Amino acid sequence: MFEAILINSLITGGIYAILAVGFSLIFGVAKILNMAHTAFYMLSGFFIYIAISFIGLPLIISDIIAIMLTAVFAMLCYKLLFDRVKEQANAVMIISIALAMLLQEIFLMSFGAEYKQIPPFIPGFVEIFGGIRVTWQHLIAIGSLVIVISAMWLLLQKTKLGKTIRVVSEDREIANLMGINVSNICLITVGISGILAGFAGAIVIPLFTLHPLMWVPPLVAVLAAVVLGGLGSIWGSIIGAFILGFAETVVVFLVPMGSFLGGAVSLIIMIIVLLIRPEGLFGVVFEGERL
Amino acid sequence: MIDYFLWALRVFKREILVIPGKTIVIIFYIFLFLFPLITADHYVLHVLTTAAIFAIFATSWDLLAGYTGQINLGHALFFGVGAYTVALLNVNLNLPPWITIPIGSIVAVLVGLIAGIPALRLKGFYLALVTLAFPIILSGIILYFADITGGENGIPGVKALSSNSIFNYYIILLIMACSIFIMYKLIDAKSKFIRTGVILQAIRDDEISARTSGINTTKYKLLAFAFSGLFAGLAGSLYAVTMRVAGLSTMELSLTFQAILWTIFGGIGTIYGPVLGVYILFPLIEFLNLFPIVGEIRFILFALILIFVLLFMPEGIGPWVRDKIEINCPRCKVANIYKRRKCRICGATLHIEKIVT
Repeated sequence: MFEAILINSLITGGIYAILAVGFSLIFGVAKILNMAHTAFYMLSGFFIYIAISFIGLPLIISDIIAIMLTAVFAMLCYKLLFDRVKEQANAVMIISIALAMLLQEIFLMSFGAEYKQIPPFIPGFVEIFGGIRVTWQHLIAIGSLVIVISAMWLLLQKTKLGKTIRVVSEDREIANLMGINVSNICLITVGISGILAGFAGAIVIPLFTLHPLMWVPPLVAVLAAVVLGGLGSIWGSIIGAFILGFAETVVVFLVPMGSFLGGAVSLIIMIIVLLIRPEGLFGVVFEGERL
Repeated sequence: MIDYFLWALRVFKREILVIPGKTIVIIFYIFLFLFPLITADHYVLHVLTTAAIFAIFATSWDLLAGYTGQINLGHALFFGVGAYTVALLNVNLNLPPWITIPIGSIVAVLVGLIAGIPALRLKGFYLALVTLAFPIILSGIILYFADITGGENGIPGVKALSSNSIFNYYIILLIMACSIFIMYKLIDAKSKFIRTGVILQAIRDDEISARTSGINTTKYKLLAFAFSGLFAGLAGSLYAVTMRVAGLSTMELSLTFQAILWTIFGGIGTIYGPVLGVYILFPLIEFLNLFPIVGEIRFILFALILIFVLLFMPEGIGPWVRDKIEINCPRCKVANIYKRRKCRICGATLHIEKIVT
């Protein structure tokens, strides 16, 4: 029981974490409240499903293709839709909701509402730490989540591109004055967040099932995680995501009929944290703005 | 008596007929009132009745988000609480709709006050997310206590207002007209009698300045939540009575999103915008559903229409049309017909930019 909770909360939290990082990157750099972010994750899942079931590519190649295509799709959406109305934050949000609905309906129409699954990388179990049985797929998922999160950390902290992204998210105008091409950086950030969403999809698909409505529950969790950690703080949103993933898994495993309450409990945690600390766990607020 | 009538006629002529926007609103209401003469088809009337209910709902979101600046992503909470209260009272205690609908609205006000408590401390995006959480928590609780609340099936068998669909249509249309007029008066910043309008808009524009000017912003934010909850709860109660069922769909995330969609499509921060959005988008989906092939892809068409309209009119369709037919006087800020050269009140020249170039 204990190890099942640990592994499941690591995976749930990890998936929420990379989705939340992508979401808060777009929000911080391009100032877009992208409600279609988890729809991109669903899109990547469907790309993988199409590549495996209809074209017959091996899983690893279809994963890579799907991640690339998702990033390209996100960048196209940014250039063709969001960039044109970026002065109107409301219009951007509604367009992103409409985009998510569009994807959902296209998949609902072309593949139907049945739950779909694809085979895992390596079938079967492995025993670790003396007798704890874990499926290979769960281990691969945890490993790749660790790799992606550390790669993101390296990219943002140690490279010039990461520095530029952080500068733009801190102050657009100063960044522009320093000779940074802000619109290019926005496009690149949207691409990175598309890659992250695509990666989350690639990890999730062999574990869970694929469904045209699968973008709604993680959207709520991602928004909650981002706010819990504090807007504009990427590490905050990672920690928030793991807290929520852990709370949800514990409730689902330990409370009878807990699957109905899983989402509710994590949101109650978010409300309590926000009532105690209105700017989130790691958010920054100027004293003058606090009321 | 005749004096009052003549005075009303004069006000009507001077204040309403000279502004095309107000004239269009009057013509629209008259059209809705005469609509049962065109067709008494049960289905068409049902669609328009539901549209009137959703118009109240979307406008109450606009009252809170567009005018007070408190973005509420869990607005369906009030709607669902109203619907569930009406259904529970009606099915268990057999109370008639005339009693349950006011009770449903008042319970929604109480819930609005409870939901308003985090609004006292949180702002902007944080507030939006906390309010987003409330309906999800409540639906989790409803699913957990399925033996009282009916779980996923909801509570069926709510008694209708009456069996006559034309009567229902008129009742709900009247309630819609009254509620939207009350909300319009509440947010009217130019009103000399009710000060809420200017105070709420001051809170939206700059909360710190509003506090410095001696406004108890906390009180007025709670007031906005209570009024918004009242009208959203009223809409939910009417919905339960019209649909004759209260289910989980009344507090889903998608219902809130739909209200936001209608409002922003019609124009946020204008009272007519949400009504316009509902009366365009809601019958559109039902209309598309009538055709066999289009019916299957109606949500795809809906999303595409939405994206393209917002790409070209990012402020919404209402303000876009208003800017085409009306112009505000640069000196006294009074609305005029677009084709006028001089302001009808102060005689200042409109269209200054044309003279400059």
